[in-house]
Amino acid sequence: MKIRSALENYGFILPALSIFAVFYIIPFFFVLRLSFFDWDGIGRLSSATFVGLGNFKEILLQDPNWWQAMRNAGWITFIALTFQNILAFMLAVACDREIRMKNFYRLIFFIPPILSEIVVGMVWRFIINDVDGANIINRFLAQAGLAQFIHNWLADPKTALTTVAIVHSWKGFGWGFLIFLAGLQTIPREFYEAARVDGANAWQTFRKITVPLLMPVIILVAILTILGTMQAFVLILGLVGGELAGHTSVPVLRILDVMRDSSRFGYSCALGINLGVILVIISFIQYAFSNRARALTQDYEHIPSE
Amino acid sequence: MSIYHQSKKAVVNTLIHLFLLAVAVTCIYPLLWMVASSFKTQGTIFSDISLIPRQFHFENYYLALTKGDFGRYFLNSVFYTVSAVLGIVFISSLAAYAFSRLRFPGRNIIFAVFIAAMMIPIPGSFVSLFVLLNKLHLRNTSLGYILCMINVGLATSIFLLKTFFDKMPRELEDAARIDGCSKLGIWWNVALPLSRPVLAVVVIFNALNVWNEYVLALIIFDSKHLMPLQRALMLFRGEFLTNYPLLMAGLTITALPIIVLYLFMQRYIVKGVASAGVFG
Repeated sequence: MKIRSALENYGFILPALSIFAVFYIIPFFFVLRLSFFDWDGIGRLSSATFVGLGNFKEILLQDPNWWQAMRNAGWITFIALTFQNILAFMLAVACDREIRMKNFYRLIFFIPPILSEIVVGMVWRFIINDVDGANIINRFLAQAGLAQFIHNWLADPKTALTTVAIVHSWKGFGWGFLIFLAGLQTIPREFYEAARVDGANAWQTFRKITVPLLMPVIILVAILTILGTMQAFVLILGLVGGELAGHTSVPVLRILDVMRDSSRFGYSCALGINLGVILVIISFIQYAFSNRARALTQDYEHIPSE
Repeated sequence: MSIYHQSKKAVVNTLIHLFLLAVAVTCIYPLLWMVASSFKTQGTIFSDISLIPRQFHFENYYLALTKGDFGRYFLNSVFYTVSAVLGIVFISSLAAYAFSRLRFPGRNIIFAVFIAAMMIPIPGSFVSLFVLLNKLHLRNTSLGYILCMINVGLATSIFLLKTFFDKMPRELEDAARIDGCSKLGIWWNVALPLSRPVLAVVVIFNALNVWNEYVLALIIFDSKHLMPLQRALMLFRGEFLTNYPLLMAGLTITALPIIVLYLFMQRYIVKGVASAGVFG
């Protein structure tokens, strides 16, 4: 009877487990295994050459393209962490006040995140790119009397990457905004009241109450930003396409190119593992930080009640 | 409150509104421009940059739907989105119910593996999926794509639903059991209807995710007639590189359904992001 019941219960998870096993677990170990082989993806897998750690050695020592892509993604991530998240934070603080049209702003700010990266990339390309004088930004600058700043933003290798990062931030800030806003709304209003009674000004309240209490949320947003941005690449396909390949290339785009254009399946798997390991290490560092931040804010929570 | 304080507050509030409005305009402007451009012609698109075209040219939509074949791609996207979301709802709620309520050996370990999968990124997984789907003869098939998309949404949906089931009171289920309801019956008649609010979150996020997906569609589909919109747009751009109004019509067809869905289901999105922060 007991065995029958357990079998019945397994039936509930069987569909999930089988899909998960075939499309997640097997590919996961397959990536690990393939990364030790040199294989063109066409012939039989048994004919692939075992190269040991050769792929990883090549990544570390002889692949400047990969590390260039990594640096590019690092730059986009840096802009997303600073510009995008500070903007999201300021907007959330502004919307946390007693202010009219709060729901309208919340509705609008989350429109960019629901659009696909392909759509966002293509529309912004149309707005920024200089094909046939389409560049709306440049027209705007000319009309505002700032003609000296007119620039071919996407075509110039010097500005292309930062332009990509800004469009990425445009698409992504709504996430941070909503998470920050939810975090801000969990801070008890009495804390602000108490601070006001004690004669604290707005800046002191912000620094001594808002920021410390929100620290775990800030770290959460930071890690989601890093993980998301380091793996972003579809936006770049929509925005830049194949042009300027090296200047706006990012790691996952390299993995895709190595697989599709060079047919080096083993090597592309090794690249994927390299990126995955780096991301997991960053996650662990964040985890340690957020534990410390939580401990700090918990100490802090005792102060107002005293 | 003194007049000084009142007027100071009014100034501060005005400045805040200006800041919020400026950002709101940058959010909407590109979309309005996309829609406006889709009604222009190749000749007027760069000379008339106003948001309301002087003349509305609907033929871009006609061309996109016929010559561009966007009608088919649109139906493909609808089919993949509906199938994958239905699959995710049934499969993940069954599993989440079991993880929350039923006992069987290995329950915690299996759940932990699902959660670990949610956290560990494998950026190269599409390489091995490509090989695997080839072996299973599922590459370049609708079924292969739908199964992959179900898998993508599974772990997070199970996590959200299990969290909900854990907090759900047991009395109703107990009553149903006393009335002779089977486990499957309790899941279908009691647990599933009660979890409607969180199911809405699962549905909307997965629908957005499948509709907007690109890279799996890129590696899975070779045949044009199977492709969803996102994949087709990239092909379309290659073919009609300089026909901007036509491209803008294609982009509008792709973006509009998701914007409408968002406007109707907005409160579930806010709830989903606020409660979990786990998607994305």
